[in-house]
Amino acid sequence: MSTTTLPTAAPADRAPAAAAPPRKGRGRRGLAGSLVSHAVLIVASFAALFPIAWLVFLSLGPDKDDYLHPGRIFGRMTLDNYTFVLTETNFSDWLVSTLVVSLGTTVIGVLVAATTGYAVSRMRFPGYRKFMWVLLVTQMFPVAVLMVPMYEILSELRLVDSYLGLVLVYCSTAVPYCAWLLKGYFDTIPFEIDEAGRVDGLTPFGTFARLILPLARPGLAVAAFYSFITAVGEVAFATTFLLSDTKYTFAVGLQSFVSEHDAQRQYMAATAVLVAVPVSAFFYLVQKNLVTGLTAGGTKG
Amino acid sequence: MTVAIDRATGKRRGGPAPRRGPLQRLRQGYQKYWYAYAMIAPVVAVIGVLVLYPLARGLYLTFTNANSLNSARTIGVNEIEATYEWIGLDNYADILWGPTAYDRFWSHFIWTIVWTALCVTLHYVIGLGLALLLNQKLRGRTLYRLILVLPWAVPTFVTVFGWRFMLADSGVINNALDSIGLPTPLWLEDSFWQRFAAVMVNTWCGVPFMMVSLLGGLQSIDSSLYEAAEMDGANAWQRFRHVTLPGLRSVSSTVVLLGVIWTFNQFAVIFLLFGNTAPDAQILVTWAYQLGFGQQPRDYAQSAAYGILLLSILIVFTSVYRRWLDRNGQQPAL
Repeated sequence: MSTTTLPTAAPADRAPAAAAPPRKGRGRRGLAGSLVSHAVLIVASFAALFPIAWLVFLSLGPDKDDYLHPGRIFGRMTLDNYTFVLTETNFSDWLVSTLVVSLGTTVIGVLVAATTGYAVSRMRFPGYRKFMWVLLVTQMFPVAVLMVPMYEILSELRLVDSYLGLVLVYCSTAVPYCAWLLKGYFDTIPFEIDEAGRVDGLTPFGTFARLILPLARPGLAVAAFYSFITAVGEVAFATTFLLSDTKYTFAVGLQSFVSEHDAQRQYMAATAVLVAVPVSAFFYLVQKNLVTGLTAGGTKG
Repeated sequence: MTVAIDRATGKRRGGPAPRRGPLQRLRQGYQKYWYAYAMIAPVVAVIGVLVLYPLARGLYLTFTNANSLNSARTIGVNEIEATYEWIGLDNYADILWGPTAYDRFWSHFIWTIVWTALCVTLHYVIGLGLALLLNQKLRGRTLYRLILVLPWAVPTFVTVFGWRFMLADSGVINNALDSIGLPTPLWLEDSFWQRFAAVMVNTWCGVPFMMVSLLGGLQSIDSSLYEAAEMDGANAWQRFRHVTLPGLRSVSSTVVLLGVIWTFNQFAVIFLLFGNTAPDAQILVTWAYQLGFGQQPRDYAQSAAYGILLLSILIVFTSVYRRWLDRNGQQPAL
């Protein structure tokens, strides 16, 4: 991502500076202001980067107590931790369950949220305000409210310790937010497009599927990303509802390093890095659309 | 009453409609809106089955003395019937006024409020500051943005473990503090520093969301407004105060509301940072989890009662917030 966007951004940044008239005005700060901005941003970037960089660094140290003596790591960096995690632990099982759960949530969540977002964006039906209110209220359900009854219900349905149960649970968190996000995005698509579709004889569903969905791709990407990230990063439900260690998602699996082999922090760091890499990659794939999608949801009431 | 045209369908709505019989109105409403209802049906199904039904069920549990010893369960091949019984409002009374209610509820309640206020303020102020910096024409700002978003890109449970390594007794943070002669607090053991660490980690995790949203808001402010303000001789502070802040108002009200809700319910940071070791740093959500799943016997009823109390606090807050926005002549954010 960074390699493709940087070269194009740099000349654009340089152009106004070169053409800047001597007059000092908006958007053209003095050298001091510019330096301060850079300094603050560099400090902030350092703060943002350091914990993750530190984790990567620790994951290279061979010994379990290396995190206390980071100086030692330099002399003997090794990828052994990664080999160990990939071959000797349940890493591949965890990867499979994480992918099944999070992709399942993403697909179901986005599909369901898209139709809703469109309906509340385009149509004013009786019960509209109440419905939006319910969507908002579901956003703020603390895990504690639903945990106990969901546990009971899932165990009655024999869905405890199953992927499907967890996907359903995650949908209840992801869907309302995505629906609201997509409503904001659909609001930015001109109504004339719907009207044109209707005039050409499409049904409301046809308009939605053939005209609006393709136009809303950035919004859909953000919604997909949100569902994915929610499902990957969720801890409370996964910890409670997944019982067998081959079905753990990463969020639960990582904790098992603490309880089982308390001291094996180097493997934990390596696992953490291995988890962070694909998720961050996914993140940077959609981040281009992130600002657009989020603010479309945010600026439109 | 206003007459508006439903632009997706081209039909008039609102306005004075002739009164008809209820059945006919029902049928007409159905014909007019059936596709809208059809489109929201999946969500209604999901929310109804996965949220409202469990909620009703949870509410019922709060009026009982259910715990893991008297709930229906299966041991081997034997199915044991549930034996918990209805005890009315006793759970709530016990939580709010019972013996040691201060330690069990009110201390966590106060800490939850402080935690939410502190975190959201820090998120917003830092996020806004960074967004303002990134909104300038600045060399390398794409790179800055990519780096600054990183705490959001990496899942919380990963970064929290990273922080745990750093905050450990002789971890890198204390080593650094020691080398410049500052005291080295016991981040993960002392109750004040536990709270400090929790706020710090959560701030670190939450700033990118605010930054990205506010940056989007800043970019959507019409630049001619700034030019006009500049023509009128407004200085940088005045432009910020009278153009930027009002321009950000709708984004701000939304992200602050979301931020409050998310922070109030923030489970992962505190749970993963401390586990069971920090009774003082537990906010209500993690405390309720502790009661329901982190101890034996699991106290389902009390845990659910905490959940219902939490939800009521949030609902009250949201209603007041929306009313406050309405009074300030603003569109409700959501």
